[in-house]
This record gives sequence, C-alpha cells and structure tokens, in this order.
Amino acid sequence: MKTLKIFLGIVVALVGSSDTLTAGKVYVGTNHPNKTIQQGIDNARHGDTVYVERGVYKETEIKFNKTLYLKGIDFPVIDGGRSGNVMEIHAKGAILEGFKIINSGQSEMHDFAGLLVVDSYGVIIRNNKFENNTYSILTQHSRNCTIKDNEIHSVANNEVLFGNGVHCWRSDSMYILGNNISGHRDGIYFEFVTNSLVWRNISRKNIRYGLHFMFSNNDTYISNIFEQNESGVAVMYTNNVNMYNNYFNDNWGGAAYGILLKDISDGEISGNYFGRNTTALDIEGCNRLKIFKNRFINNGYAIKISASTLDNEITQNNFIGNTFDVATNGTLVANSFTGNYWDKYEGYDLNKDGRGDIPYRPISLYSTIIESNPASLMLFRSIIVSLLDKTEKLLPGITPENLKDEKPYMKPLAL
Amino acid sequence: MIELKNISKKFGRLQVLNGINTKFKEGECIALLGPNGCGKTTMIKTILGMVVPDSGQILFDGKEVNNEWQYRKYIGYMPQIGRYPENMTIAHLIQMMKDIRKDGNIAPDDRLAKSFGLNDMMNKKMRTLSGGTTQKVSASLAFMFKPRVLILDEPTAGLDPISSEKLKERIIEEKEKGKLILITSHILSELDDLVTKVIYMNEGNFLFEKPLAELKEITGEEKLSRAVAKIMGGQSIGKPSNQMQPA
Amino acid sequence: MKKILKYVIVDIIQNKIVLIYTALLLLISLSVFNIESSAAKGMASLLNLILLVVPLVCIIFSTIYIYNSTEFTELLVSQPLKRKTIWLSLFGGLATSLSLAFLIGVGIPVLLYHADATGLVMILSGLFLTVVFVSIAFLAVGWTRDKAKGIGWAIALWLFFALIFDAIVLFLLFQFQDYPLENAMVIMSFINPIDLSRVQILLQMDISALMGYTGAVFREFFGSSMGIIISFLGLSVWIAVPLLFSLRSFKRKDM
Repeated sequence: MKTLKIFLGIVVALVGSSDTLTAGKVYVGTNHPNKTIQQGIDNARHGDTVYVERGVYKETEIKFNKTLYLKGIDFPVIDGGRSGNVMEIHAKGAILEGFKIINSGQSEMHDFAGLLVVDSYGVIIRNNKFENNTYSILTQHSRNCTIKDNEIHSVANNEVLFGNGVHCWRSDSMYILGNNISGHRDGIYFEFVTNSLVWRNISRKNIRYGLHFMFSNNDTYISNIFEQNESGVAVMYTNNVNMYNNYFNDNWGGAAYGILLKDISDGEISGNYFGRNTTALDIEGCNRLKIFKNRFINNGYAIKISASTLDNEITQNNFIGNTFDVATNGTLVANSFTGNYWDKYEGYDLNKDGRGDIPYRPISLYSTIIESNPASLMLFRSIIVSLLDKTEKLLPGITPENLKDEKPYMKPLAL
Repeated sequence: MIELKNISKKFGRLQVLNGINTKFKEGECIALLGPNGCGKTTMIKTILGMVVPDSGQILFDGKEVNNEWQYRKYIGYMPQIGRYPENMTIAHLIQMMKDIRKDGNIAPDDRLAKSFGLNDMMNKKMRTLSGGTTQKVSASLAFMFKPRVLILDEPTAGLDPISSEKLKERIIEEKEKGKLILITSHILSELDDLVTKVIYMNEGNFLFEKPLAELKEITGEEKLSRAVAKIMGGQSIGKPSNQMQPA
Repeated sequence: MKKILKYVIVDIIQNKIVLIYTALLLLISLSVFNIESSAAKGMASLLNLILLVVPLVCIIFSTIYIYNSTEFTELLVSQPLKRKTIWLSLFGGLATSLSLAFLIGVGIPVLLYHADATGLVMILSGLFLTVVFVSIAFLAVGWTRDKAKGIGWAIALWLFFALIFDAIVLFLLFQFQDYPLENAMVIMSFINPIDLSRVQILLQMDISALMGYTGAVFREFFGSSMGIIISFLGLSVWIAVPLLFSLRSFKRKDM
C-alpha cells in the first residue's frame, strides 16, 4: 500500500511538470533583457518557463519563490562565490532542471547549501550538477518533493566544515531517485523525514556515512549503492524501515559498517548485498527486524549483534567468505538465526532434505577473544587458534550456547 | 711434495694425531702401518682435507692447503670403506666423477675398471653391489684421473685374490711412473714388492719412519712383516716421532 | 656448483617420498577446491596445509636426506671441490626440488582456481616457507651426528614454530593486555617464519576484518608495500641465517 502511494506520487509529480509547457516563456542570458537568473525569476509569472542560456552566472542567494519551470540550457553555471546559499526555493510545484550549481558559502555557524528548499511542496529538482557546495541540497519543512538524477559531488575533507549531499530535515513524502553523490560528509541525511522513498541512488566516497538517518519513520530504501564511505551507513532511532536490494560495499575501518542499525524496530532488510565491509551489519538495540535473503560476502564480520537486540529474525541469507560470521558482546541471544547458508558449516545432511542435520554455531571462540583483546587478531588462522576454535565448536563453553542455526542450508540459496 | 708440519688432532678427549711431522716425495711408495685406531686413516683424511686438524700445517707442493681445494685434483683417493650415493648406478657415479674432475688435458683412464670387469655391471645401483665390487669401483675411481698422488686406504681388503693382484700390478706401474703412493694395510705380505718406506704409527705418533732397505738392513730380515715384528720388539713404545727421523 | 646441483636434484626427484609429497599436495589441493563449497573456503583449508604440512615435510625430509647423503658428501669432500660448493649444492637441490613439488602440488591448483593476489601471496609464502624449513633442517643437522637425534631436533623445531611459539604469544597477549603490544607483535612475527607468512596471507584473506582492528601500527606496517617487502626480506633472512650457520659448522666438520 505504502509503495503504491509512493509510486502514485512520482507519477503525479512527472505529469504535473508537463503543465508548465503551455505557459509563457522567459529567457535569461547575455543577449536577453534578463541578464541574471534572479531577474528572470522576478520577471516571470506563475506557471512560466524560464530558460537560462549557457554561461556563468555569478549570483548568490537567488530567491526562487514562484511556481516556475526553471530550465538551464547546456548546464549554465551558477557560482555562489562561496557566500550564502546559492539558491533558495520557497514555492509550490517549482521545477529546477539542467543547472550546475557551485561554490556555496562555508561557515561554522550556518549551514549553507547549493540549493535550499524551504516550506515547499511538490518541487522537482532534476538533472542538475552540484559541485563544491557545503550542503548540496538542503530541504526543510517540505513535502512531496522529488530530487532526481542529479550529480552531487564535493571535496569534503573534514566533518565540521563540510555538509551533506542531500540533507532533508522535517520533511515528508520525499522522493530521492537516481542521484549520484560523493565527497560530502554524509551522502544522504534524513532527520525527521517520513514516508519517503530513496531509490537507485549511488552514494560513495563520503567522509562519514553514505546514508545517515534518525527519527525518520516509514521510509523505504531500494536498489541504492553505498560504497567506500568512510563509516558506511548508519541509521538510528527509527521505526518501520524497509531496505531492499541495496548494495553496501567496501566500507573499511574500525568504525565502518556496511550498515549500523541502532534502535531500529519493525522493518525488513532483504535482498541486500554486503561485500568486503569490515562489519557488514551491526545491530544494536533493534527489535522485530526481518533480515532475510541478503548476501554477506567476504566481510570481516558479517553480523555483529549486541545483547540488547531482541526478536529479530535472520533467515535465508547467504554467508560466504566472511572472516567471522557472527559476533556478539553478550551471552544470551534472543534472536533467531535459523535457516541460513553458512559456507563454514561442516555438518552433514543424511536425510537429503538440503538442510544440515546438526546445528551450526556461527560464533567462533576466537571472535569472542578478539572482542576482549583486539591485538590477538594477529594470531588468527594460526594452528593454535584453529585448534581452540575446533574444540569450542565441539564443546561450547565461552560462546553463547543458544546462538545457532538449527537447520542450516547445505548449499547457497539462489539470491 | 706433501709435507706435514706438527699436525695435531683430537676427537673429543682422544688425541688422534699428536704433532706429526713428515715429508712425502714423488716416486716414494709409503706403507703406513699400525694397529687399529692408531690414526692412520685420520692422517690420510687430514691430507685430503676431510678432517680439519686442530693445529699444524699441510703443504702440497710447498703451498699450504688449509681451505684450499684445487690441490685435490692431483690426488686419487681410495677409501677404506667406499660409501657412495645408494641410488646411483656405477655409470652414473663415474660420469659424475668425470664431471667433477673434468680437465681438458687428461683423458680419463678406465683400464682398471675394465680389467675388474665393471663394464658389464655399469647399470647396477651402488646399494646392490657387494663390498668387493664397491672396492673395485673405489679403486677404479682413484686411478681414473691419472693423479700425481695415490692415497689407498686398505686397498685390498675385501678384494678377491685375482683382483687384488691386478690392483697391485697397477700400483707398481704407477710407482714406476714416479708417483707418490701412500698405502695403509694390515696385510704386510702384500706390500713387500711395493714399498720404499715404512711408517709405523701408534696412538697418534710415528713410532718409526724408515726406508724399506734400511729397515731390512737393520733387522736382517727379507720379509717386511718379520722386519716390522722384529723392530717393534726392540723399540720402546711411545717415543716422539721426531727423534726417529732418519738423519 | 651447477654440476653437483644437477646430480642432487636428479637424485631427489627420483626419490619416492618427494613424488608422494607432490602427489599428496596435488590431491589435497584439488579436492579442497572441488569439495569445498567456495573457493574462499578452499583457500582457508589450504592455508593450514601451507602453515602445517609444508614446513613439517620440508624439515623432516631435508633432515633425513642430509643424513642419508653422508656418503655422498664424504665422497665429494675428498674431491677437488670447495666444501661451500658441496653444501650449497645440497641445499640448492633440496630447496629446488621441494619448491618444485610445492609449485606443482599447490601452485598449479591455486592458479587454476584462485588466481588473484591472495593466491599469489599464498604461493609465494609457501615457497618461502619451503626454503626456510630446508634451511632450518641444515642447521638442525649441524647440531648432532646422530640421525635419530637430528630428526628429533627437526620435529621439535617444527613444533616450536608451528604451535608452541603462537601459544606463547597468545599467553603473553593476555598477560600484558593492558599494555600497548602492537610494536611487540610486529617484532614477534619476525621471530617466527610461519607467523610472518601467515600474516602476509591474512592481510590478503581477511583484510576487511583487519581494517577494523583499532591499532593501526600492525596494519600500516604489514599492509604497506614497504611492509610486504620487509616481510619477505625477513623470510629471506630466515633462509640465509640458518644456512650460513650450518655452512660454518660444515666447513669445520670432520668426515
């Protein structure tokens, strides 16, 4: 139902945009009376289309406050000259398309953006390029806006002075589609954003998180790629999150996660691919999540799960080539791990039902030792450690006895 | 040609060689006699560089041989018990020795091997050979590269009488060519026709070192064995060897 | 040098044990890759083979072979050859033929099934371990003339490097876990050639996990190309030093 609503929203947004074609046309450029974009906007009427010709427009704090279709031809550059917000949209049903917006202000006091969207409804921002902005797109108190197919890049090098690629605050029904984001603090940041869809975006090489949200209920994330972000993805304090078919790759570091789930409840995480992360999935204080049909391939830790995590169901996932499959900091684990494929499983299947006859214990003794003494990771894969692990698997003493997969699959699931 | 100066060697606490001084010249054929464990083999091995002496010098053609190895190409050595790589065939072994001692000027001489009939068993592996046959191989190898010095440690032990005789003939032939020959043996009767000088060792010392003619003259015996027996009866054992050098 | 080496290699290659060793390695490697569900898991199994079986076979076979070659060395020492030449030929022959056995038995399957950086580092480490343990065998042989004692020493050395050393390190890690141990750990791994190889392979296989390791020294040292070069230099020292010591004692040895 929710997904249907979101799709309808997209259709409405796209159809709505074609209405403006019937309206008047205003031109901006060196050969036209309107030399600046601000002049073009000021001289246009609601419903007009404003064409901006190719060129460099050294303007900042552009007030975009009418229902206009503002279209750049051959990507005119709007250079904010490193002061303030380059453009501010405060309108209903406005469309911004085909611009290259660069050099927003940078300040420790204010959050300056390439494009600020405030108190707006039904705004569409598509096919633009953002470079070198502190925040590239910042929305506040807006509803039903679409941010689509934008190239959003910056060169962030510290977390204080630089902002996020797409930053939404207290917004609702946002559609973030097909954007390519890199070089920001966080690629996509949501705070108090509800009923929104994040779909087919690529967020990579950001200096903190590829995706970061908190207090953002009822959002759905589909087919995004989050990779090589310095801390991966972190999501917190949120209910009803659904994540399908996303890729979380190559997030390396002591505090880097494919995805860190903290206080997340009631959601589905399915069809995702976790490859070569230090920790693919870190679950802290989460409840009633359904984690199924994901692939965990070649990670350091596939899943780290804290003792405060309850009633999660982890099933039908493939665990292949991970250094450690599961690690935990507690002894009592109240989550279900039944019915996954684990490549480290050494059991047998006498009745040939495709499921192992003895349980698999995904926690190795040595991963527990490393938790308490990280330097001992250096002895990993030595003979003495293999012996310790083998002994522990036969006679569990230190690792949680009840953390086990009772019916592991014998062969990888086709995912 | 070979000179030993004050050579001493201990194995553990056992003094095997005790300040040996001597000179061997070309054309000499020296019999090295003495009871078991008197240091004969050790002395030979020090000359060959197989045993490293604790002190003293060995000169070959006037040059010290310590850490040298080139001089060994002038020496043919037949060990007391020839020990060879077990998996090698005779042909293989000979081929390897030819490889090692390859010298453009000298064509290998395998007359001895032929006369021992080794040619028919060239493809036998060394471990399958009898002690006697192994000795034949050792002998053939010692003579093969026409060395200037022949060191033969118990050459006839284990050989059948016919082969023994063949070897003896060959030794005489080499001696007549003016080569230096050093033989140890227990069977003194064999040495009668060969030897020019006799050295008798005991407990790491030379008890005496005399030309055969002189020995016979002193003792008035024709047979080496009797002469040695006689002189041993009259000698006090344990005198330092240097006092017995012929003047 | 070359001519003796040729004879040693021919002799060893004809040796049944080396043929069996090659076949065994090949059999294990191929079955590991075919039976295990993923190539990555196969590599993990192969790692044990390389860290455990290869050093064991190399040190024991070499020890026995050197003792059994007493006749051969005796024969050669009386010939116009340098002792150094004889000893190095023996070493070269053992190192070459056992490396060849490893290349055929493990190298080819790894290249067939897992020809990436991990595979290459694995092959390289295995080769180095082969030669290192041949070299250590030469050292052990120098300690005693008694073959049985020599083999005893060889097994003891293997046990030390394969198991006891790591147990001691693990013990120390827990005894001193309140202290920064990273630099000490780097030095410790240079004391044991098996650890040095294992860390190199670890850095390839478990890089994701190692990147989570909070202490940066180890990662930065071994992970950098300089660290890799120094590690393999360390392994080269492990080849050279035991060999040189054994050569020194062989030069003074009485046949």
